[in-house]
Amino acid sequence: MIRFNSKRLILVILSTLIFINPLFSAESIDPIKVNWSFKELTGKFDRASLQRGFQVYKEVCASCHSMQYLSYRNLGEPGGPEFTEEEVKAIAASVEIEDGPDSQGEMFTRTGKPSDKFKSPYPNVEASTAANGGAYPPDMSVLVKARPGGADYMYSVLMGYEEPPAGMKLDDGVYYNKYMIGQKIKMASPLAEGIVEYSDGTEATMDQMAKDVTTFLAWAAEPELEERHRVGFKVIIYLLLLTILVYLSMKKIWSRVDSEI
Amino acid sequence: MSDQEYTPKSKAGKWFNDRLPLLTLGSHLTDYPTPKNLNYWWTFGGILTFCLMTQIITGIVLAMHYVAHADLAFASVEHIMRNVNFGWLIRYIHSNGASMFFLAVYIHIFRSLFYGSYKSPREVIWIIGLLIYLLMMATAFMGYVLPWGQMSFWGATVITSLFSAIPLIGESITTWLWGAYSVDNPTLNRFFSLHYLFPFLISGLVILHIWALHVPGNNNPIGIDLKKPSKDTVPFHPYITIKDAFALLLFMIIFSGFVFFSPNVLGHSDNYIPANPLVTPAHIVPEWYLLPFYAILRSVPDKLGGVILMFGSIFILFILPWLDTSKVRSAVFRPMYRYFYWIFVIDVLLLGYMGAMPAEGIYLALARIGTIYYFLHFIVVLPVLGLFEKTDPVPMSISEPVLSSGGDPALAKKDYDKI
Repeated sequence: MIRFNSKRLILVILSTLIFINPLFSAESIDPIKVNWSFKELTGKFDRASLQRGFQVYKEVCASCHSMQYLSYRNLGEPGGPEFTEEEVKAIAASVEIEDGPDSQGEMFTRTGKPSDKFKSPYPNVEASTAANGGAYPPDMSVLVKARPGGADYMYSVLMGYEEPPAGMKLDDGVYYNKYMIGQKIKMASPLAEGIVEYSDGTEATMDQMAKDVTTFLAWAAEPELEERHRVGFKVIIYLLLLTILVYLSMKKIWSRVDSEI
Repeated sequence: MSDQEYTPKSKAGKWFNDRLPLLTLGSHLTDYPTPKNLNYWWTFGGILTFCLMTQIITGIVLAMHYVAHADLAFASVEHIMRNVNFGWLIRYIHSNGASMFFLAVYIHIFRSLFYGSYKSPREVIWIIGLLIYLLMMATAFMGYVLPWGQMSFWGATVITSLFSAIPLIGESITTWLWGAYSVDNPTLNRFFSLHYLFPFLISGLVILHIWALHVPGNNNPIGIDLKKPSKDTVPFHPYITIKDAFALLLFMIIFSGFVFFSPNVLGHSDNYIPANPLVTPAHIVPEWYLLPFYAILRSVPDKLGGVILMFGSIFILFILPWLDTSKVRSAVFRPMYRYFYWIFVIDVLLLGYMGAMPAEGIYLALARIGTIYYFLHFIVVLPVLGLFEKTDPVPMSISEPVLSSGGDPALAKKDYDKI
């Protein structure tokens, strides 16, 4: 008589799933795998890359894409690009913010403060859609978390612009991008060699800019990532030690009973 | 119950206990005679209590910062993630906690199925447990709607639209549930209200579940009735409490792994896109723990039929104690049932997988086979098995593995090692 035990069961289930898995693979192209510094369990963001990425965002993306859940002060907070207080003030001061109403009931404009939210390029989604050929440029605050491939996918789309394959007809204002779902995108390739002049002297290649801005977007979506990893390690080490202590206590207590545990 | 009369030592304690016997209750809970052979599958009751408390505590804190309004909900969740002190931690514990809760409840349910814990005299424990499970699903579903992302909105649309399949009054019921003519702000508001209410209903049912458990006492891996207290039992404290604590800590390590190192892996990325009634996502999928039922729903070509079968797949569990005709509880002594048990486990996993796939081609075919087998298991396999299965000899007690048919005690000892 064959007896089932749990090991055998797990094996059966795993092999079943592994066997049927290839039957279900989707037809989309897998994004390029990048070895991001923030990917590992102890991962941290590359500070210089975050600062360069912000520059790419500000000079390229921000003309169409909003980032409404971030504040300028976030740029100086630990775990982020960590600009100095003066730099953050200067960045915030470079925009004009509409505020009010004042005591006369009038709206007025003033220079930005670190506590202000990132200024959106358009007053609302409709204006943004109308100005971009009917395709709304998505808000970038949590964009990396809102796409299945995450940072890899972002990077791949930025690098994925190509001539369309022969026979493929594209409408005006539609571009071919092999990593987009359906391979069509309404955004022209936003990056071009040297479109940004990095203030730290790094050469602004396509690859460099795509990596930097993706790193910046990954931070924007998960500004807590470094703290999360740090706290996570402490929590798990604490739990492991406690588990060992409780295990030993359990052994001691159960040794009074003639049963195996 | 076999508790000896308890008298508090202090005068004040006695005074209080005569008026409200809380101390007697405490004494009953610590002394509660528990089978000493309970394995680690029995630790999930304690783990589930922990999950419920975690969800309630983190949920109360989240509700202090969350705004239940269609225009503000998504932004308020981002506010929690970015501006509230440790808001990201509280929210990730809450969202992953739901998944861990279901993971634990599924293990708990399948443990009951394996060891026959639903059988007489524990039918009421089983039925209260199923009511808890139903409320859990409703609570989790409504909680998933609250961030008001794309999956929230469309998931809510799909599930609430199921009620429109009811003949004649379906449309009116759906409108009544929504509080509008589509999923909208009134829907979000009432879901928030009910999402806050249901965990307290669950808490009440949990108390009844434990109360009902303490009447016959725990089942055990060999599924026999025990004399209580006896050499076969240990007091709940410290023996079971320390074992539950150990298992709970292991569970918390896995839980922490999700919370700190891949907090979004169990969710759907579309839910980080704000809800948009004008754009339907390519694939609308519920959370993983509802997938088997989603597969059953979609495997029926007729909408009403699908709804009936989906609810039927849960309600059939309520009559399970009467469908299973076998007198022997534990699968350890039921060689045939053991096979069918594992086939059933694989069937449910398969249904879950199909629920995540688009309902077409081979997926749909497999989902249909899985659905048919799901019901066959309860309607045909279990009633018939009890009549024809030749069960192995069952021991008389845990400490003395004497076989009722007078077999070789060494063999019986071997059976134990498999438990």
